[in-house]
Amino acid sequence: MLRPRITPCLLLRDGGLVKTVRFANEKYVGDPVNAVRIFNEKETDELVVFDIAASAAGAAPNLRLISQFAVECRMPLCYGGGIKTVQQAREIIALGVEKIAISSAAVEQPALISMIAEAVGGQSVVVVLDAAHAGPGEYEVCTHNGRRRTGRRLVDLVREAESRGAGEIVVNAIDRDGVMGGYDLEMARLVRDTTRLPISVVGGAGSLAHLGELIRACGVVGAVAGSLFVFKGARRAVLINYPDQSQKDELVRASLVQ
Amino acid sequence: MITIVDYGLGNIRAFLNMYKRLNIDAKTATTPAELAGATRVILPGVGSFDDAMDRLGRSGMRDTLDDLALRQQVPVLGVCVGMQMLAQGSDEGRLPGLGWIPGRVRALGTLAPDDLHPVPHMGWNDVRPQSPAGLFDGLGADARFYFLHSFYFECERPADVLAVSSYGRDFACAVSAGRVSGVQFHPEKSHHFGARLLKNFAAL
Repeated sequence: MLRPRITPCLLLRDGGLVKTVRFANEKYVGDPVNAVRIFNEKETDELVVFDIAASAAGAAPNLRLISQFAVECRMPLCYGGGIKTVQQAREIIALGVEKIAISSAAVEQPALISMIAEAVGGQSVVVVLDAAHAGPGEYEVCTHNGRRRTGRRLVDLVREAESRGAGEIVVNAIDRDGVMGGYDLEMARLVRDTTRLPISVVGGAGSLAHLGELIRACGVVGAVAGSLFVFKGARRAVLINYPDQSQKDELVRASLVQ
Repeated sequence: MITIVDYGLGNIRAFLNMYKRLNIDAKTATTPAELAGATRVILPGVGSFDDAMDRLGRSGMRDTLDDLALRQQVPVLGVCVGMQMLAQGSDEGRLPGLGWIPGRVRALGTLAPDDLHPVPHMGWNDVRPQSPAGLFDGLGADARFYFLHSFYFECERPADVLAVSSYGRDFACAVSAGRVSGVQFHPEKSHHFGARLLKNFAAL
């Protein structure tokens, strides 16, 4: 049985690990390579790393740092942040990264999705869509770390990414980021019903029960979380944590409706 | 020594790291001279079938690889697209494969053409070995590995199927004929399950 993926998401700025709330109020939480080592020991299903400085400032991906992650990571790695060309995508895949994520560039220049898919294989191309509520049942995609509204509907861009040959869609609920009150299940279901691609959902997970709710709503899905796996307790003390295999199996058994 | 064929595709360093942690010597080869003398060969691969076959051809290592696998009977392990390359050909491309294991690579969409099984097949899935020895020694009922692929290996001879996984329907996730084997999943990214399989390969 293919299992839902339970995936920590690490945010980077200037080589440091940070965490945000609603894409703002950034807090420094430590050394990312050290975090990767801890997640190795915890045998996480996958790891997602987004360089939020590279995507917002228009800087190129930091290949030296990505290479360090690829070497350390003993689980599949997805990297996103600042990828704007086929050549950059090729270089990052060659460093040993399994999947590359494109966001702003995919929205502004959708042809890039098919060009990169052709170069590195569609299974390795992830399109990340940051979305905000725009009325009942409606979501608008934003870029540049949520600061720029695009006026484009989430469902339209999901369909576009699929038709251009992406291998996975990641949706990030801006309103839920860092709030730890649960995923936006309505948004998750909407995306699940819109595409036949594998999807991952990020934004809002604050407990293992929230991961279960997402799995119940969407089936075999990537449940991605930042704060949940980085903080412990109401005071948000930094403590890397992740469920062990039996906890994960129990969570999946209790939540997955086949 | 275990030699990983470096023709520009696949996570070469992940294999090296895994063997380093296992205290087993391993190296990479980018030229025929570096490949000659290998006692175990790992053929990694990601991306598309034709690109992989084309790059392997241009690497100049194809003849040495043929000699190692066919004449010297050195154990070979193909991984992901490296496994698919062992087949005679692929519906993904036009170039012939290595043809060391009779079969053809097919699109996953034909395996389970329904909405419950998105393509690519991405994530951790159970693997059921057909034999508890060899590559899958010590990997019991809870064995699971990381998959990321859109095509699968359709074996001509049922006896060549070494392990199956299920995605809508069963498919061969590991194949083997003589001393040549292949796995569709990524042992180099499958934590202690993958480490065990790579350790088993070193002992074949």
